[in-house]
Amino acid sequence: MNTKYIKGELQVKALENGTVIDHIPANKLFKVVEILQLEQIPNEVTIGNNLASKRMGVKGIIKIADRFFEEKEINRIALLAPNAKINIIRDYEVTEKKIIELPDHFKGIVKCVNPKCITNNEAMESRYTVLSKTPLVLKCPYCEREIREEELQLL
Amino acid sequence: MSYSSLVSITDYSKEQMLHILKLAAGFEANPNQDILQGKVAATLFFEPSTRTRLSFETAINRLGGRVIGFSDASTSSSTKGETLKDTIKMVSNYADIIIMRHFLEGAARYATEVTDIPIINAGDGANQHPTQTMLDLYSIQKTQGRLDKLNIVMVGDLKYGRTVHSLLMALMHFSPTFYFIAPEELLMPNEYKLICQKNNIPYYEDSNFGPEIIEQADILYMTRIQKERFTDLVEYEKVKNLYILHNYMLEKSRDNLRILHPLPRVNEISQDVDENPKAYYFEQARNGLYVRQAIISHALGLV
Repeated sequence: MNTKYIKGELQVKALENGTVIDHIPANKLFKVVEILQLEQIPNEVTIGNNLASKRMGVKGIIKIADRFFEEKEINRIALLAPNAKINIIRDYEVTEKKIIELPDHFKGIVKCVNPKCITNNEAMESRYTVLSKTPLVLKCPYCEREIREEELQLL
Repeated sequence: MSYSSLVSITDYSKEQMLHILKLAAGFEANPNQDILQGKVAATLFFEPSTRTRLSFETAINRLGGRVIGFSDASTSSSTKGETLKDTIKMVSNYADIIIMRHFLEGAARYATEVTDIPIINAGDGANQHPTQTMLDLYSIQKTQGRLDKLNIVMVGDLKYGRTVHSLLMALMHFSPTFYFIAPEELLMPNEYKLICQKNNIPYYEDSNFGPEIIEQADILYMTRIQKERFTDLVEYEKVKNLYILHNYMLEKSRDNLRILHPLPRVNEISQDVDENPKAYYFEQARNGLYVRQAIISHALGLV
């Protein structure tokens, strides 16, 4: 039984094996889908959005059957959903809970705020060094501009 | 990334900086050598900068190397839409080293990722111009006999001026005391003040530029205040004449004081200063030749 990880009525169908990404901000859900490239996988994906959440008001949830992400992969959503919870389900049980952690370096996801940066003018992938996690400060290693949370633009 | 590239002044450790300065002194003593014989250097100027390009090309020529390249992107295939990556890859087939100036920030860093030959950044937009910083350091060391514990007064546009930012970063290794003299709109950005704090480097800020400040200085680093930096032109008119150095202001200055300026100057140093032996900006530009000889030879592993 899966009573351990549901409280009250299930809002989305339970998963036998796979990954549940819960507590995604509702307005970021489809961006998370995009970053994890879920539209390109053949697995069964259940997406719920604007679900009632005590903590967040409304939230998004994604359940991916038979798919287990590597930490590196899942951490790519840290900028969008820093408080998301990752539950690994095996045989209807939560066997592992993971917390998302912003890596020290990452590629893509964010657009450099500097319009004169080479990354905004050449067909290439942006990349960043995380100088500080709270408050969030990124540094573009190309134009060397620092980017603060309030200026963040996602690609 | 190629180990020997120079993109940003922070690519050099303190030891590497000192090593380059020592090599530069050797080239100043003997500027004509043939250590670049058989080598081809490409000078790719996607944005024109005659002064910088001539300095680099003279450095290469005096060391017996040959130069290929372009002085303006309109004569290169980038106007046909060729990517920077393709241009760098193509030129890498021909040259042993690339010296590049680009209007986009980060262009030189990106170039190091697409080729194995050394890249020397000759300016990427408003970002970095590390050979300028090295020639500033060389000029300071040469005129003061040391780099440690100097009073450095920086005047003018401290907000957008990349030369003052890079010089500040380079001097972090040498326990300076900074005086930042700028109008409200052009103050030294906070990130650089934080770096000073982190490194226990004392700094003072003032919007008044006068003899009292100049008397403290070992180095007076002047920069140009550009009209286009102001959103309020009334404000520009108010401050434009407050940051001009006149000869009479130097009366009580220290004997060892030297005045530096990255050039070109407009009116921020009055012509009457030029005859003062403390004016050093023209010699400073000449030092660029020796420093660039050192940087190129070092990047190619020849010295």
